[in-house]
Amino acid sequence: MVEHYSDEKIEELETTARLIRRHIIQMIYDAGSGHPGGSLSAADVLVALYFDIMEHKPDDIKWPDRDRFVLSKGHAAPALYACLAETGYFPVEELKTLRQIGSRLQGHPDMRKTPGVEASTGSEGQGLSMGLGMALAGKLDRKKYMTYVMVGDGELNCGQCWEAAMSAAFFKTDNLIAIVDRNKLQLDGPTSQIMSIEPLADKWKAFGWNVIEINGHNFPELLDSLHKAKETNGVPTVIIANTVKGKGVSFMEGVVGFHGKCPDDKQYAQAMKELGEGFE
Amino acid sequence: MSTIKWPVEPQRPAFARALVALGHTHKDVVVASADVSTSTKTAEFAKHFPERHYNFGIAEQNMISACAGLATTGKVVYASTFAIFGTGRVYDQIRQSVCYPRLNVKLVVTHAGITVGGDGATHQMIEDIALMRALPNMTVIVPADAPETEKAVLAAADHEGPVYIRLGRANVPVCTTSEECQDFEIGKATTMRDGSDVTLVGTGIMVAKCIEAAEELEKHNVSARVINLSTIKPLDERTLIKAARETGAIVTAEEHSVVTGMGAAVALVLAENAHVPMKRVGIPDSFGESGTSEELMQKYGLTVDDIVDGAHDVLKRKK
Repeated sequence: MVEHYSDEKIEELETTARLIRRHIIQMIYDAGSGHPGGSLSAADVLVALYFDIMEHKPDDIKWPDRDRFVLSKGHAAPALYACLAETGYFPVEELKTLRQIGSRLQGHPDMRKTPGVEASTGSEGQGLSMGLGMALAGKLDRKKYMTYVMVGDGELNCGQCWEAAMSAAFFKTDNLIAIVDRNKLQLDGPTSQIMSIEPLADKWKAFGWNVIEINGHNFPELLDSLHKAKETNGVPTVIIANTVKGKGVSFMEGVVGFHGKCPDDKQYAQAMKELGEGFE
Repeated sequence: MSTIKWPVEPQRPAFARALVALGHTHKDVVVASADVSTSTKTAEFAKHFPERHYNFGIAEQNMISACAGLATTGKVVYASTFAIFGTGRVYDQIRQSVCYPRLNVKLVVTHAGITVGGDGATHQMIEDIALMRALPNMTVIVPADAPETEKAVLAAADHEGPVYIRLGRANVPVCTTSEECQDFEIGKATTMRDGSDVTLVGTGIMVAKCIEAAEELEKHNVSARVINLSTIKPLDERTLIKAARETGAIVTAEEHSVVTGMGAAVALVLAENAHVPMKRVGIPDSFGESGTSEELMQKYGLTVDDIVDGAHDVLKRKK
């Protein structure tokens, strides 16, 4: 353990994660469309980053030394927006404008519209390359900031991800950390049946990366792996975060159908009830 | 044939000169290559500023998105490869990573058009202007010769947002030495020669051919205006509409498919603003093939005679 976290701190992050999940359900329900499954699986990783690991200043969004985060799996935008709002980039109230005409909160992240969004993403496969560019600039300018990129496991079907993996190891960008949201489902079905990416850890190792595999819903493991990744020298690190698609809402967990489906009234009520602990 | 004795010069060394100059004046300029740096001449920049040059290998998609990432930190990024690999192959990356967030990535491609020659159709990019001008936030420049290449590359550095600069491989006649060509400005067409009967609008290597065609037409008592349309987006509509109204006939000439290239862009503006007889000289809707530059220009209708014929055609249709 690089840094010790008290039980209270872990509990606080878990409560924050429930709040973020409530926002996700609320936003998608209000918008009438969106991607709950992959937003819920990503939530704990994002909370670990935005509420603990990353050096950032929501009141000074262009601070040159800030850590960067790129959501390559842009369809998990609701999870990102909820974290940005709760850390103070824009009012929480604004979350209800998701996907509405004229809103700063687009269906997929837009760096020109939303304060705190570092990269415009949505077309799968490009975020790791963008993060690589940020990391290269950090090295060139001798800055200490880290760049974190979350990629989806379905997204790893894209050849461009592996172009980026190859070159990040080649350029020795140890200031680049990839986190795979390994929820094992993509739009059409299980990743093992649509386009298998296993053996995943071996692939990253073969490409020259430091590989850490964890339970992506376990905060002590998340925090520990992120600290280890930050301290790794000479090679980029990938954290394969094993997650559950739809995590936190019983009837969405592991269900392919909730990749891009808005909950109906009854499902919404049930989801909010399940995520109610600490918010009654 | 031609009566003008042009000095010739390739565009790529001019590109390299401008890059090295920018390396000295602009600390934030970085350059990205995709294995062909010795051909595109970005290797020259790498020689002077090795720490500011990245060779991404034959992985153009990664290169373009990484350039976008570099640009988010304030870098002015010049990405360079052959036109064939730097446009169609990475259209989505240019669209999503660069143009949508309006980032400072300057895409300078070489070996564009049919004059690549012997490599054949797979390496002859003749629809890139169409692709690039369709993108919101993109600026599209096709320099006429080496001096204009240097100016365009320098100007792109101080232009906010994405820029596409299209260069060829072959030697190009140096035709922008006259006084009116000295002040290069993105978005401004240059009238190279005045005339009253017809306007010849050229871009890239066809500008010199338009001037030669104008000389030829003069022998037949036809007064031809010549416009160098080096910026295709944003289009200098005012200059084009004025020329159409004053000369009453337009011929466009480009080393590009006539399907939605420069000529098509001009046609759309004139259709809405100034109806005059018009002829598009360019590559017909087809792929190219192997051959020498000269043979291909001949076969695919890109000669001075083709422009002269085009002028006679519109003059006949002129009321």
